[in-house]
Amino acid sequence: MSVSISEARGPLLDVRDLSVAFTRKGSPDVRAVDGVTFTVSPGETVGLVGESGSGKSVTSLAVMGLLPPRGVRVGGQVLFDSDDLLTLPRDRMRDIRGRDIAMVFQDPMSSLNPVVPIGVQVAEVLERHQDLKGEPARRGAEDLLARVGIPDPRRRLKEYPHQLSGGMRQRALIAMALACKPRLLIADEPTTALDVTIQAQIIELLKELVQDTGASLVMITHDLGIVAGLCDTVHVMYSGRVVESAGRRELFAEPHHPYTGGLLASVPRLDAPRGAPLHPIPGSPTDVLQWSDGCAFAPRCPNRIEPCTGGPPPLESIGGRSLRCLNPLTESEEVPA
Amino acid sequence: MTSEAANAPAPEPTDPLLSVRGLEVHFPIRSGIVFERQVGAVRAVDGVDLDIPRGATVGLVGESGCGKSTLGRAILRLVEPTGGRVSFDGVDLRPLEGEELRRMRRQMQMVFQDPMASLDPRQNVQSVLTEPLRAHGIGGDHKARVRELLGLVGLPASAASRYPHEFSGGQRQRIGIARAIALEPQLIVADEPVSALDVSIQAQVVNLLEELQDRLGLTYLVIAHDLAVVRHIADVVAVMYLGTLVEQAPSDDLYARPLHPYTRALMSAVPIPDPVVEDTRERILLSGDLPSPANPPSGCRFHTRCPFRQPTRCDDERPVLRTVAGHPQAHRVACHWAEDIEAGRIQPVASAVVEPDAPAA
Repeated sequence: MSVSISEARGPLLDVRDLSVAFTRKGSPDVRAVDGVTFTVSPGETVGLVGESGSGKSVTSLAVMGLLPPRGVRVGGQVLFDSDDLLTLPRDRMRDIRGRDIAMVFQDPMSSLNPVVPIGVQVAEVLERHQDLKGEPARRGAEDLLARVGIPDPRRRLKEYPHQLSGGMRQRALIAMALACKPRLLIADEPTTALDVTIQAQIIELLKELVQDTGASLVMITHDLGIVAGLCDTVHVMYSGRVVESAGRRELFAEPHHPYTGGLLASVPRLDAPRGAPLHPIPGSPTDVLQWSDGCAFAPRCPNRIEPCTGGPPPLESIGGRSLRCLNPLTESEEVPA
Repeated sequence: MTSEAANAPAPEPTDPLLSVRGLEVHFPIRSGIVFERQVGAVRAVDGVDLDIPRGATVGLVGESGCGKSTLGRAILRLVEPTGGRVSFDGVDLRPLEGEELRRMRRQMQMVFQDPMASLDPRQNVQSVLTEPLRAHGIGGDHKARVRELLGLVGLPASAASRYPHEFSGGQRQRIGIARAIALEPQLIVADEPVSALDVSIQAQVVNLLEELQDRLGLTYLVIAHDLAVVRHIADVVAVMYLGTLVEQAPSDDLYARPLHPYTRALMSAVPIPDPVVEDTRERILLSGDLPSPANPPSGCRFHTRCPFRQPTRCDDERPVLRTVAGHPQAHRVACHWAEDIEAGRIQPVASAVVEPDAPAA
């Protein structure tokens, strides 16, 4: 929705050919992310969709510089404001992290410190990045909690994470992420651990905050429904690579990649007539081919043709969307019957 | 909705396979170090009536903490109900003990949410699947039976000698299902059977459950938080909130015309993977969280979060399930104002309604 701005100023985040491999002595490298390229424009909401093991979370950790220094080989470039985050010295990265780029994780209980009151944890961000101390920091924390819709924030500041409900904890995490008005917010499955009514509250909150602050949002999720209502651009990942990228309307109206089409056909829809059959994707996400040998989705793909297993399919761009497939779905196949 | 309810069961064309009346499960809260005494109770299930017709699938939906899993377990007497009655095939389960109860359980099996946690990592599949046969003293060719069971759930016969960690999540859930059908039960209680699985795998397991129902004539109680899955699989859906059922209806009628404000909010909270729908639908947002079941609100339990709350009745009078004119007999709702809400005479508070986004430029 901010195409004109992005064209004028260029992307805020530019991930180029990012690859992450986990190395271990005596065993072959595990390539979790394998040449991922995408951009995030100012004010844009980008969705990374994929199942477990598709590399979507590792992508976000690499962007944040949160991967462990040992046993991991990271390649490619992550340009933020024309700085390459992958080569930035650690203390510069710590300045950027939390101030310019913030992250919300899936499980709020394990990302909060259980023995430190919420207020101290929220104020810590302000102390670190905005040099606030004592009473102003505490007041700042209170404002933030009120902002994300936590009732009675003054009392909540003194409470510990276990005293808050799941939704409230996620709100507290969002408050911490927003403390320094970041320009980029990365949310990694922020609602997966929550109930649907709470999920709806959190999604609404994120939408509102992104609109108000003009921040960009990278939404990482497995839930196509969330993407459909929230994201401007969607990248579908499979086994460490982006297999299809498109604007959300185009993607849902006309999925080209058999994996995207398969995902859409396998999710039961609340508004579909009852008795409409589900079309699961056969096999499991663990039945993959190495990308170097061909398309990783080929073993499960209904559209597989001979060349699919003959080498890695290239990512081709056609009319604003890109696709990594040699035998894409044609119009008649889009809704498998 | 009280424990002595249903002393005269309504005459029905066919007897339900399972009938639950006024079921209560209260977990005691104890306090004190030397002299422990009960200071309260968590009313996990608080007066539930539910009928499951033979061969049907009943879906039970609700959010975490609403008591849906406890209800499922209380039906199988995996937790002891503190009140009410469960009868299976006309037999009251309450007085059954020891051997009698064990024999009854042959007819009622359970599929659990997390197949990794419900399978013993040191037991191979052959052993997992024959354990129920051994426990119930069923003779015959166990090897052949295991092969047959694996075939039914779509696993190769070679799976028998392998261990749970060698399988993917979807395959493990298939093993859990094979274990549940090993004794040829009539009723299967499936507690969140697909929620631990990847999206592309969920449909496989849902289809498998439906296929087995057709082939084996099973009756299901499917407990889930995912409304879309429940809508897909269930004939009748019961919506649970804080220990009680707030609405119960044939699946189609419930989704087409939900009556209870909680059902409406729950359904409007489910995102639909279609941008066109997402951009145009209105949503009802609930404020706050589920209240504590140890100290449930008076009157209608939903009144603290209800966007349609009225100054009278809601706070002090507990609604019971009742029928509403214009809906089938089987559609029952526990709301004092269901007619007015449906007719639009009562509108939700404005702060709870999220208007659809302006169409993108």
